[in-house]
Formats: sequence, C-alpha cells, structure tokens
Amino acid sequence: MNEQSNWLAACRVEDAIENGGVCVKHGEDQIALFYFTRRNEWYATQNECPHKKQMALSRGMIGSTTDEPKVACPFHKKTFSLSTGECLSGDECAIKTYPVKIENGTVYIGTTPKS
Amino acid sequence: MKEPQIIVIGNGMVGYKFCEKLRSKTSSFNLIVFGEEPRRAYDRVHLSEYFNGKTADDLSLSTENWYQEQNITLFLNNPIVKIDRELQKVYTASGLDYHYDILVFATGSGAFVPNIPGIEKEGVFVYRTIEDLDLISGYAKKAKTASVIGGGLLGLEAAKALIDLGIEKTSIIEFAPRLMPRQIDAAGSDMLKSKLADLGLQIHLNKNTTSIEGDGRITALKFSDDTALDVDMLVISAGIKPRDELAKACGIEVGPRGGIVVDQKMQTNDPAIFAIGECALYDGMIYGLIAPGYEMAEVLAANLCEGEKTFTGFDMSTKLKLIGIDVASFGDNFITEPDCRTIIFENKHKGVYKRINVSNDGQYLLGGILIGDATAYNLLLQTSNNRVVLPENPEELILGTRGGSESAGGAGITGLPDSALICSCEGVSKGDICAAVADGSCENIDDLKKCTKAGTGCGGCLPMVKDLMTYTLKSQGKYIKNVICEHFNYSRQELFDLIHIHELKSYDAVLDALGKNDGCEVCKPLVSSLLASLWNEMILKKGNDVAQDSNDRFLANIQKGGSYSVVPRVPGGEITPDKLIVIGEVAKKYNLYTKITGGQRIDMFGAHLNDLPIIWEELIAAGFESGHAYGKGLRTVKSCVGSTWCRFGLHDSVSFAIRIEERYRGIRAPHKFKSAVSGCIRECAEAQSKDFGIIATEKGWNLYVCGNGGSKPQHALLLATDLDSETCIKYIDRFLMFYIRTADPLTRTATWLNKMEGGIDYLRNVIINDSLGMAAQWENEIENLIASYKCEWKEAVENPAIRKRFSHFVNAPEDKDPTIEFVEMRGQKRTAEWKTV
Repeated sequence: MNEQSNWLAACRVEDAIENGGVCVKHGEDQIALFYFTRRNEWYATQNECPHKKQMALSRGMIGSTTDEPKVACPFHKKTFSLSTGECLSGDECAIKTYPVKIENGTVYIGTTPKS
Repeated sequence: MKEPQIIVIGNGMVGYKFCEKLRSKTSSFNLIVFGEEPRRAYDRVHLSEYFNGKTADDLSLSTENWYQEQNITLFLNNPIVKIDRELQKVYTASGLDYHYDILVFATGSGAFVPNIPGIEKEGVFVYRTIEDLDLISGYAKKAKTASVIGGGLLGLEAAKALIDLGIEKTSIIEFAPRLMPRQIDAAGSDMLKSKLADLGLQIHLNKNTTSIEGDGRITALKFSDDTALDVDMLVISAGIKPRDELAKACGIEVGPRGGIVVDQKMQTNDPAIFAIGECALYDGMIYGLIAPGYEMAEVLAANLCEGEKTFTGFDMSTKLKLIGIDVASFGDNFITEPDCRTIIFENKHKGVYKRINVSNDGQYLLGGILIGDATAYNLLLQTSNNRVVLPENPEELILGTRGGSESAGGAGITGLPDSALICSCEGVSKGDICAAVADGSCENIDDLKKCTKAGTGCGGCLPMVKDLMTYTLKSQGKYIKNVICEHFNYSRQELFDLIHIHELKSYDAVLDALGKNDGCEVCKPLVSSLLASLWNEMILKKGNDVAQDSNDRFLANIQKGGSYSVVPRVPGGEITPDKLIVIGEVAKKYNLYTKITGGQRIDMFGAHLNDLPIIWEELIAAGFESGHAYGKGLRTVKSCVGSTWCRFGLHDSVSFAIRIEERYRGIRAPHKFKSAVSGCIRECAEAQSKDFGIIATEKGWNLYVCGNGGSKPQHALLLATDLDSETCIKYIDRFLMFYIRTADPLTRTATWLNKMEGGIDYLRNVIINDSLGMAAQWENEIENLIASYKCEWKEAVENPAIRKRFSHFVNAPEDKDPTIEFVEMRGQKRTAEWKTV
C-alpha cells in the first residue's frame, strides 16, 4: 500500500462532475479528478497529457476498454488507463495516478503519486 | 540446461522483425539485442511522416514493455565495437562483453556519401535516422534554398521532407539521365519530372556534383558542366552502403562493393554467424527494401527452430506515393522489344503514364511501370507473379474496360490463385486471408491484421486485403456489420432507429438499454450526435455534457495550448458595421486574435475557458448567436453579393443564403456540412465545393450536392435544375434527413455518396421521385428540428449549473489556466508552440 501523509482537500462531492472530470489546483501542479459514477469509482491523474504537454485530461471523455477504466485526451484522443496511468494508445508515455478518498462529503487526493 | 544465446547486432526494422518472428516460434534461446541508436526500432519506411506531425513514438514498432514481455534483453545506445570469433564474444562500446552461440548481423545500411570536396561543410546532411531528421529540421529554419543529391526513392522522400519543412526552393540533383533509375524508364521519368516541377521542385538530371562551395558553411554546388547552384543546405541521398565494417574487421567474407556474403540460409562463412536485411549480400545483390528484409528474418528464425526455409531472391516490385504522386514498378519492368510487347498509355494532361510488358504470345504479364495512377498495381502485380493468363485485350488492365462490357475477364481478385502473395512484407497469401475470414475468426480489418499480420508492414496491400475480406464474407452470404465499438453491437443507422423507437433521451439511457459496460470516446460523441439529430435538446443537459466531444462540451473549438476560439454566426456572410464594431470591441477587451474564416465569418482565438460565458453574454446582447463552429452540423452558407449589387447577378443570393443558414442552423449530423449560394454561373460563392450548393439560373436555382473541399476535394453533382425557392428547400430538407439517418459516423456527404450503391442517380430518385416513400416523414422530422432550435450559448449563459462548468479549476474557480502561453505576431497574439520537440 501506498503511504500517504499529504491529503489535499480537492472539492465537495457535488462539485465533481458525474462520469467526467474536473481539474484541481495543487500549488503549481494540476490534477485531473474523475468521478466515474457509473462504476462508483474515483480516480485522479496528472492533468497534463504527455503526448503534446497539454493541460487537458480533465476535459477528456472517460470510458472503458474491456474492463479497464480510461480517459481520452481531447486533443488527439490518446487514451490512458485511469487505474494504472498506462497509455493505451500504444505509446510509451504513462501518466501519474493519485489515490482518492471521500470523507464527510469531501474529496481528498493523496498528492504522492501511486505511479 | 542453459539456453543457447543469440546476440543480434542492430535494432532496426529487420532486427526487430527477427526477434518477433523468433519469439512467435519459440521461447527458448536467450536473446540479446544491441542497438546503436538511442531508441527502439522504428518505421524507417515512413520516416518522412515525422515531418507531418508523427512523433518518434508514433513511428516506433513496439511498445516499451515489448522486449521485456518477450524476454529479450535490449541495449540501446550501445554499439558493438569488436567481435572475437575464437572466443565467440562481442564487445560493447560501454566496455562489456557477451558470449554468443549464434550471432546475427542486422546492422542495416548507412547513407552512401560520395567523396565530393567540401562534403564536411556545415549544412550538409544525410537522411537516414530520426536524429538526422532532427538536425535537418533544425537547420531548415534558417534556410531558403536546399538541394538533394540523388533522384532515387529516398532522395525524393528527402525532397518532400524539405518542402514540408517550408523550404522555399528545393531542387534534386541526379547523376543519371532519369529519376528513380532502378524503378522507372525514361518516359516515366519525364512524366514524374513534370509532375514534380508542378509542385515547385526543380529537377536537374545528368548533373555531376564536383564540389561543395562555402566558407565553412555550404553556399553553393558546382557541377562538372561548369554550372553552379546557390543553396543554403544539402541533403545527400545518393544510395546506401551496407554496414559491414564489424563483419569485415573480424574476417567474415564481404562483397567487393560491400555487404556480408550469405547463403540461402542467411549463413556467413562462419557457421555461427548470420546476416539479414540491408547488410546482407545474397547472390551479389543487396536487397534495399523492407519486404525482402522481413523474408530474410523469417528464413533465419525458421531455420533456428529447425525449419527448412531458404531465401532465393525476392521480387523487387514497389509501389509508393511520392509527394502525392503514385509511382510503382513490378516484375520485369525494363524488358523491351523484341523480348516482349509493350503497351503504353500516356496522358500528359493528367500526368499519368502506364506501361505493361506482355509476353510475345500475349499470354502473360511480365512487368510494368505506373506513374500518376497506381490503383491497378496490386492486381497487375498478382497477375504477373502468378502467371495468370491475360484477357483477350490486355490493355484493359491499364485502361479499364471500354464500351460497357462488365468484366475484364481473368483479372480481378476472384481470378487469383490461393497461393497469390498479397502482403509481401509479411508473406501472407490470398488463401491465408480468405481462410482467416472464412473460419469466422476475423470479421473486420483489425482482427485480420492481428490474426494474419497482413497489411501491418508497408500497408500498401490493405485495399486488396479489405476487398478479399469483403469478397469472402459476401461469398459466405454474411452481412458485413459495421459496429460502432465494443459497447454497442450496432451500426450508426441501427442505433438511430433504436433510439428513436425507444424514445431514449440521454447517453446513459441509451447505454443501459442498448449497450454494455461504460462507453468510450467513440460511442459517446456518436450517441450524443444521434440524440441531438433526433430530439434537438440542449446538448449540455446534465449527463449528456460528459458524453460530448471536447468542442461540443464547451461550445467552442479547443486550440493548441488549451485556449478556445469563438465564432458567432454571420448568416450568408452579411454583417452590419455595428456588429463588426462589437466583434472588434469584444476581441480587444478579451485580448483575442481575430481572423476571417473561409466561411465568411470572423473567428476570435485565444479565449480562456473561464472567459467564454462572459464573451458570449456580450455577443448575445449585441444580437449574435452561436455559429456552431464546434459542432458536427451546419457551418456556414457562403454567398456572393448577388443581384442586389452585382451587375451580373440573376437572383438575390444573399437573402437565399441567409434563409437557408437560419433554416438549418444548429442541426446535428454525422459530420459538419457546408453550403453556399451563388447569384450566377460565375460561381463566386464556390457552391460546387459544398455539401449542398445552389447556383442561380435564368429560371430559378440549380441544386448541387455532395461536394467537398478539404483533403480530398470533390465537385458537387447536379441534383436538380431550375428549381423555385420552395422546391429547392424541400429537396434540401429531404437530402439532409436522408444523410443524417443513413451516413456512417464522421462521414461527409461526398464520402456518403461515393459509398452509395447507384450513386447520384439513386440519390436523385430518392430525393426527387421519393422512391423510398420517406419524403413526407423526413420533411416532418426536419420541421421539428427547425422549430425546436435554440441558441445553445444563450441557454448556457443563462443556466447557472451549466455556466459553472466553464472554469478551469474546481477548487479555484476564478483562476485561469496559468500554463496557457501566447506570443506576439504581426501586432496580435498567437499561441505558443507545442512544448514537445
């Protein structure tokens, strides 16, 4: 298990977008937070798409391939696994993923990446 | 027991293919690969696409984990510098040594650099690796003129790359009297030369470069005929040189002009050492193409696994597209009379040259050359390779049938034997492809590529592979189903009807009722488009917002860097001075770059996501509405000024254009569609390049449909003549609904028509004669869409829940994305370049 000491209070559950993403400001960093309501799952990844270094993943469409949850970058539709960060479009660039927890209606993101 | 160890020197395309072939046959052998370049094997055949936006990753042949998954040790950036054949050891540049039981040279080739005085000068490059390309593109920024030495295949590729890099004047210098001397004859070269000249390439044949001038840096070339040419940079592409230096140094036999000598099993004179690809010399010949290299890899891999395969030479037929021009040669391309009879077709107007060489008895096709149009290549190659008996009039093979007779007899994919080699890169025959389809394991082209590997090399055979698949499926009586994605087992047309019948109104409802799992970026926008085409509800209704493609999601076009562009509707291109001033004021206030679009409106670029609602509030207050530049729907209806001002105008084209634009605004379709109205036959509005276009005549309007500009321009076809305005609109109503209901996803009207059986005659029958009996229903449906139109932006700015989504940070709603950067250009801002190389 990943030892998390730094939990960022990102937003209220109702501020997140159902089956979509929002962007969370974390100092100079940007984290994409996804509320996958259909699967009742939360995911957080870096907001920057590594392909063209665009701050865009939080605006991407989410979905799944077989059972792997994924997000598609709005720029060129590169897809990344939400659970592992692996690029599913055959490229070598993976994205960072972060743990998410919900307490008392607040969404917290662990700011030490899982991967 | 310890596995025998294979060491492969070289991680190019053939070295990679050898690993893949070997691992597909066995997991035994320790396999170690040493590469000199800093990256994994990449597609060198399509190297020039690196300049068209493909990245090094796009070109890569494998994923990063592939070698690990296959249990192969890969060393990059680590060339072998020495081989000790006594000890059976290789030594690396980094100082390591490894034992081998079997050693494979896949070292490929380097650029052959002729010994011209001054060749060392700055600004002289070779064209071989991604690193070369990076150097070329860096230097090209400050160059206005460039030359390529070498008019062969690679030289022309390099010239194309220089054009793509924006060099103003590019020339090709060739020593021989013709271009591509290995592939095409003098007449073919003349045709190619004139087509290249049309593209702005200067071609100098019979030129022998004697020196490269310049003080440290190249400034000019001098030739043996005492002429000179001023150039800022030079790319050498004068041929290849096998990388045999390591082999030579350890005493392995090499040819007098280079190349590691191998036998039919790719074995060198040392039984533990083999060579494959462009470094290998078989029967006095270097095979500088990818397909024979792959075949060598297959032969070696098979023999290491106790197979019995031999390499006995290879067909050097090629087809490629050079700067958009088809060039192909096959079989015995240069054979001449009296050893054969040639049939030549030449059309200088269209830049097409075709030559086929037929055996003297008229029975067989021996070879040929195609310039400008190589659509017949695959079939001709098969006809020649398989010694298919020619039809009575073999000229039909290059001219097509004449006088309406249906078949060219003998030719066509059905006439090919099962042994016909369709994919020469991967060695896949017609029988293999048909069998994979017939046994039910492959029903689409992706499956077929995975299962047979056909079409995964150069890709040139894909059209024929597709035809074979369709042919096999059809011959089994199978309906070829065009499903959307893994979540919906329906075609777009089926889904349209199902959503209609079940009256589904949201993406989730559609997914629950008709699909499975969680959806994806393919089915979400498609279903959203169908919902909009059917019900015309606000597309950002909760739940449907996240199923919209990115531009629809924020009702604006996302641009490089992450800012958005804003396009208000300007119907027919008519705008008042007051409205122009408003656009100017809004653009100034929000610091937006302005540009007139091709569709007669004004695009404002560089808006932050956070600013979109307030910008639109101001525009709406001034009487503007959304221009739907972000949606797959009606874009603009262009018009010329027409009879209100123009002395030639027959009717008021502006008023008609406005009427049409306001009628169809906001309607979602499988793809965007455009229109135009011209007031007379001079056609200033370019209506014949539109999805539907209208041109005034003495008696009314002529209606044209299914035209397209863009990457594959196509003239619109005349659907009906001399219509009154009401009939014209009625036909457009029917045409649009027929298109919306039946086109495949992301298919423009031109492609839709091209795929329609019966073509324009069938379409005319449906629209004008109502042959399907659907006209009344379609007219009713489109009336409903028109009646339910609302400006999306007006709804968005007035709805607090939707408006809230227009902020970049959920936890700092006022802050804009700080990573968006602009730079100044000609008194306005522009977006900063991609941050990647």
